[in-house]
This record gives sequence, C-alpha cells and structure tokens, in this order.
Amino acid sequence: MNLDRLLPNLGEWLRGIGPESDIVVSSRVRLARNLADMPFGNRANAEQKTETETRVRNAVTTANLPYALEFVDVAKLTPIDRQFLVERQLMSRELASVLDGPRGVAFNETESVSVMVNEEDHLRLQVMRSGLALDEAWTEIDRLDDALEANLAFAFHDQFGYLTACPTNVGTGMRASVMLHLPALSLTKEIEKLFRSLQKINLVVRGLYGEGSRASGDLYQISNQVTLGKSESRVLQEIREVIAQIIQYERRARQLLLKERRQAEQDRVARAIGTLGSATMITSEETMELLSTVRLGIQLHLLDDLPPTTVNQLFIHTQAAHLQKLMGTPLDGEERNAARAKYLRNRLRELGSHQR
Amino acid sequence: MPECQFCGDPATVHLTDIVNKKKREMHLCENCARRQNLLPDAPSPQLNLPALLQLLMSQFAPAPGSAEPDEGDPTALTCPTCGLKYAQFRADGRLGCPEDYEVFYPVLVPILERVHRGLQHHGKVPRAVRRRRERDELDDLKGQLAEAVAAEDYEEAARLRDRIRGKETAE
Repeated sequence: MNLDRLLPNLGEWLRGIGPESDIVVSSRVRLARNLADMPFGNRANAEQKTETETRVRNAVTTANLPYALEFVDVAKLTPIDRQFLVERQLMSRELASVLDGPRGVAFNETESVSVMVNEEDHLRLQVMRSGLALDEAWTEIDRLDDALEANLAFAFHDQFGYLTACPTNVGTGMRASVMLHLPALSLTKEIEKLFRSLQKINLVVRGLYGEGSRASGDLYQISNQVTLGKSESRVLQEIREVIAQIIQYERRARQLLLKERRQAEQDRVARAIGTLGSATMITSEETMELLSTVRLGIQLHLLDDLPPTTVNQLFIHTQAAHLQKLMGTPLDGEERNAARAKYLRNRLRELGSHQR
Repeated sequence: MPECQFCGDPATVHLTDIVNKKKREMHLCENCARRQNLLPDAPSPQLNLPALLQLLMSQFAPAPGSAEPDEGDPTALTCPTCGLKYAQFRADGRLGCPEDYEVFYPVLVPILERVHRGLQHHGKVPRAVRRRRERDELDDLKGQLAEAVAAEDYEEAARLRDRIRGKETAE
C-alpha cells in the first residue's frame, strides 16, 4: 500500500470541526482486547504472533462494518512510513519502533478507525472524532468491537472483565481521551494547578504523542486511568464533566488575555506569523509553539486571513516524516529544519497572495 | 539511626517493599549495599533494580511467621501455561497470558485495588459470555421449576414458568 496518497488529507483528528473545536482538537476512544487462547505479546513467540496477526487480519478485513479496513504490515514498512502513521495518530510509537516481529495496523479511508495488531495487547481498537464527540466515538468503537467479536473469542474474566497484558488496562480495556488546545491556561501558568487537581480524580494528562511525550504546542490529552470497577458510560460521563470545566477555564483565560493585554497578544501573534513566514531554519518544536500562538490568534480574531484548518495542515505537514514525504527524500535533522522553514515560507506566501 | 543488617554499621540505604499490604524494611550501609550490587560503581544515580529485586526476594522470600502459611508464598508463583514467574511480572508489570489473572490472583488484587480502586468489572460483556450467562440463568430457573412442581407449590411453579417463557421469547 502506498501511504503517500494520505498526504493531502488531514485525517479525522485534524479536520478542525465538531463541537467545541475552538478548544477541543479531537476525541478518541481506545479498547484493548486479547485472544482467549494465546499468550500476550510479551510472552508470545514469533509463530504465535504470526498466528495472532493472521486471525485478527482475517477478522478485521471480513468484519461486517459500513466501512472497509485496510491492513498494513508494519514490519514491512520503511522507518519513515512508520513514523508517518504515528504522526497521523493511526498507530503508537511502540508498535512503530519499539516492538518487533509480526505486527500491523488496519484503518479506514477517513482515518477515523484503526486497529493495531500485536501491540502490547493482541488488538488495540481506536476510534477518533474531531472536536468533542466522545459518545459518537464510543458508539462507533462498540460496533467495531461487536463486529470483531463475531469472529474472535476475546479473553474475558467474570470478575476482572476484559483481560489485558498490563493490569492497568484490565476491565473495560477502555481509554477515552480528549485532546485540548490550552494556550491561555498555559500562558497564565494555571495549567499546573489544573493538572494536579485532575490527578487527584484519577485522570491522566499527557502530551501530543501519548505516554511520556511532552506537551508540544500547548496540546494536552486528558484520559481516564481507571478501567476496572466503572462502566464505560460512567467513565465517559466523568471525563465529559471535567472537559466541560476545563473548556470554561480556558475560555475565561482567553477573555482575560484579550481584556488585559490585547496589544501584547496581537504583537505575539504577528511575530509568530512573521517568524513562520521568514525563518530559514526551524525545528518542529518551535513550529508547533508558533502555530499554537497563531491558532489562538485566529480564535481570538486577532488575525483573520487564515482558516484554522490551514494551521492544522501546516502542523501535520511540518512533522518529520510528513516533511520528508513532501520533499520526496530522506533528510537529516539540519536538512529537515531548512526544508521545514522553506515549506512554511512558501505556504504562507501562497496563502497571503491568495487572500489579498 | 538504624544499623546495617549485614555488618551493624550505620545504615544509609533503606529499602521498603509492600506486598499484600505487608510492609517489609531493610537497612544497609553503603559498603554492604555496594557488595550486594545495589549501588553502581559508576557515578550513575541509577539503582540496580534487578539486583534490588533479587535481594528483596532472597531476604524475604519465606518471610518468617508473617505470611499465612497455607496461602503459600506468592513470590514463588509460576504460570503453568505461559511460564511467567512472579519476579518477571514484578520487574516489568506485564502479564504473560489470560491464565495469569488466576495464577497471580493474590498478588494482583492489591495492585488492582491501588490502581483502579475497584475489583469487579462493570460494563460491556462479550456477546458469547452474555449468552452463556442467560443460558445458565434459564437452566437455573428450570431446575427451580422442577423443584416447585415436585413440592406441589403450583403458585411458585406458575411464576417460574412465566419467567422462563419471558426469557425464552426474549432470546
């Protein structure tokens, strides 16, 4: 499969639409499932992993679903293609480069549904929605789970529920997460306080690319920690309530910024655009920070000639693997920084001349 | 200051291990800790975790008089299906197969309680399990019906028959 055809698309999570999309980038629900009669990934030999892959692959490609899932053999992908799928949030960094042996990922045309095979668990199902749409994501993943269960016997325990390789996922096997853009709370340093209070109620805060990753570009993922003892609907309800609160805090912080330092914010946004449009070397980290400022500028109407989806496109296209695919050649760190700057300069010039 | 359990010098390395809600402590001086390979020779601040685990296991394995003797020693558990040993599970926190949830039950319960504050699954159940439970319930009701008939409790029998019919038509 040639993954290059995905390049012009934004993927479900960056479509920039949906409820509360001024703050909520995307909603995601993930389910961990394991075959009843197979050892978990860390104790399975190559032969067992191959059998798991074959069985899941058959179930996934023949499942009775309103969309088709296309299976990609991760072991056969180039490192750039693997990184590309990680950047598009279709698979984890672990599946891409930490794990080895037979493994794969299946996803649909719109990139809203993906199934990882032979990750820490035999199956990791994922459904994405842009904006705040946890219920829709749950409904979709529940149907996907049912469809796969028609052909696969999942490990299930009367007391402990769905069994998983790590006891932190046992029970529902569900991790629901919401990705938020919180530039104003980050700016006013209130974010630390917020996160400490979230930890107390057993919610986890992580950066853009999941476990252990830094919060780049003021993007944060908030998800549940508890999977045993609370039903899916209760967990979703708890997250929804917390997210509603955080959205309120962020909106208030944004209004306060406008009220108290409009001129300074206007200046910051203008400088961000200026740097993005004129730098000759720029790291991915700096790009994400500047794009975060631009995104905030758009939401606060401090800047009106850029649609939010453009920021999303610049965001994804300047990630390492996307950039190398766009340039059509592998690039080392320095070369990437130069290519990234050139891409941003050209795109912003195009947009500028188009608008005026 | 506590004394080193090995040589009696002032202890500067203190280890605490909590298994099955039982707290166990060890105190060592720096020299003995180094001799047990707990501390690296290099200036790295990292503790040697495998050595630490090994020491804790060997020192405490048959924790005298503390563990219930009939329960057996959870640290000696090995899964007959996948071969996972307790020490391996402790080291990387991952189980090896679905069977492990039964094999390591006594050591898993405190972990699950701490992480989830719950021990009983609520929520989705696979369709196959739901069907099995419904069948079991139906068999159970039929058994009760037979008993009620045998006991000539016709009122109870009629009630049970209605419940069975209700379940059968719902299927």
